Amino acid sequence: MKIHEYQAKVLLREFGVPVPDGDVADTPTAARAIAQRLGARVVVKAQVHAGGRGKGGGIKLADDAAGAERAAAQILGMHLKTPQTPPEGILVRSVWVEQASAIDRELYLSMTLDRVRATHVVMASQAGGMEIEEVAERTPEKILREWTHPALGLGDFQARRLAFGLGLVGEAFKQGVGLIRNLFRLYLAKDCSLVEINPLVVTKDGRVLALDAKLNFDDNALYRHPEVVALRDVHEEDPLDVEASKYGLNYIKLDGSVACMVNGAGLAMATMDIVKLAGGEPANFLDVGGGASPEQIENAFRILSSDPAVKAIFINVFGGILRVDRLAEGIIAAVRKLGLTLPVVLRAEGTNVEQGKKMLADSGLSLIMAADMGEGARKVVELAGRAS
Amino acid sequence: MSVLVDKSTRVVVQGITGKEGAFHAARCKEYGTHVVGGVTPGKGGTTHEGFAVWNTVEAAVRQEGADCALIFVPPPAAADAIMEAAAAGVPLVICITEGIPVTDMVRAKHYLASTTSRLIGPNCPGVITPDEAKIGIMPGHIHKRGPVGVVSRSGTLTYEVVGQLTARGIGQSSCVGIGGDPVNGTNFIDVLRLFNDDSETRAIMMIGEIGGNAEEDAAAFIKAHVKKPVVAFICGQTAPPGRRMGHAGAIIAGGKGTAAEKMTALGAAGATLVRSPADMGATVATVLGV
Repeated sequence: MKIHEYQAKVLLREFGVPVPDGDVADTPTAARAIAQRLGARVVVKAQVHAGGRGKGGGIKLADDAAGAERAAAQILGMHLKTPQTPPEGILVRSVWVEQASAIDRELYLSMTLDRVRATHVVMASQAGGMEIEEVAERTPEKILREWTHPALGLGDFQARRLAFGLGLVGEAFKQGVGLIRNLFRLYLAKDCSLVEINPLVVTKDGRVLALDAKLNFDDNALYRHPEVVALRDVHEEDPLDVEASKYGLNYIKLDGSVACMVNGAGLAMATMDIVKLAGGEPANFLDVGGGASPEQIENAFRILSSDPAVKAIFINVFGGILRVDRLAEGIIAAVRKLGLTLPVVLRAEGTNVEQGKKMLADSGLSLIMAADMGEGARKVVELAGRAS
Repeated sequence: MSVLVDKSTRVVVQGITGKEGAFHAARCKEYGTHVVGGVTPGKGGTTHEGFAVWNTVEAAVRQEGADCALIFVPPPAAADAIMEAAAAGVPLVICITEGIPVTDMVRAKHYLASTTSRLIGPNCPGVITPDEAKIGIMPGHIHKRGPVGVVSRSGTLTYEVVGQLTARGIGQSSCVGIGGDPVNGTNFIDVLRLFNDDSETRAIMMIGEIGGNAEEDAAAFIKAHVKKPVVAFICGQTAPPGRRMGHAGAIIAGGKGTAAEKMTALGAAGATLVRSPADMGATVATVLGV
């Protein structure tokens, strides 16, 4: 799960990580009032779940309150386009207005899981403000890494090593060490999957501040963080993704015309792959889970068929223990209830296969059966092509 | 021969009084697996659907000599269940549970390193040696004993390949699901080594997926050590970057972990690549010359 920069900055403050003074606004007037209170030059920043906002015109400097109001008026309501947004952009609903900082140096700091070492890693670099992937690619020696102890966490000596490596000295060094420790405390306490501060800045008056903040959370740990779940902004997610998550369906919308309904994540990915190999484009990833209960099937059908780009549906279920007759029951009920007119190709393996197939054949519904996933993919791609 | 589990394996099921635990314990027993009973803290001394229940794994080990723990404990307590099994000296711990927080697994994995236990999973279908022992949630009837070792990060996709193999009359020595989480126990390399050393296994079918670099590491190991033919399929060739494809571990991050990179590495290591998931069984047949 992702949150907005302004929400991240509130959390950072809570954990003793210094951020510039600021507040969130959803109208130009409110932005003006915040700028007035700050009484200095401010930065007005679009709040969307995507990076690269500056280049897309989503971040503006303002000299005074009137300027802040004008900047907010320009940013609020715009469809911000960055390399990380969909082509049509994301509607900006709020801005963060903060005191502009006189920057001396821009640094980079992040924390995430290192899968290979199976522990958390803290990364820092003097090359802040840039795309860190590029830095890592071209000059890997410029990225410092400290692997934390799985049980003991981040040692003070490790935080010092990072702060020294960032070239911090004197008072800034002390602040830097404290900031790194506190940020890691936040990372662990909230079950983050990523904390990224880019840039972390040293100001001309010697303060160390998190100028930007990106926080992602481990979805598997959300059950123990209701306060994090409360920060979810469903506007930032695809409406169909949101609908699917309500029913515990694992759904990701894609751009093609062949909808896929599959049990299991690996088989779901493989089904997308085979649709593509057959010359089609998958409309989605959808894992209905191991059980594929009638309710799940109905919800899945509703979500798949509400995507206007979908021309045909491919159901690929390898249940084993799953009863195909029950699956058939679910499919028949859902198709009737929803009045589904899209062509459906079904490939199912499991117990009571013959009985299930007979039920589907007798149902009068125009379901096309496939003996294996290769045949299913060919048939569904052909049907989708004919329909478009 | 086979790997990890056989007729002599004595299984204790952690979380046996839960719906999943009870259901699958019964299915495993039906298959012929020696299930000695289960553990649910607070329900020790009772029986549940014919299975003895203990309060602790340690009691099951002491009284019944359990040497394999099969875990169905819900995510909030699953990492602890893994550590309990390891602390009780259970050599093989198989965790089916999906959705364990990453930080919990980081700690559990670290703890396991100080023990002699091997962990399979979490978020996996388990391990089966056809005709001997089924320790997990896979459908037993699709399997057949034979020469192919199967190792996979995905559950139902493993059933798919097993189904294709069995339909061609090609059996499996053992099938090991290593799970779809970013932090897991046994990895591809561990299982490849077991199959490489197993006299019954004549070919290895490996199913990877996008995210991480376990497949690349496996490729290096195959090149250096594996003497048997390896057939490899990587799912997620069409997955978009930055989106988690169901499994917590299946995500292309920062342009890394793509199917193309993994297939290139495996191809260069001498593995036979399968492009279409429909061709996995046929490709193994060709490699075996049957």
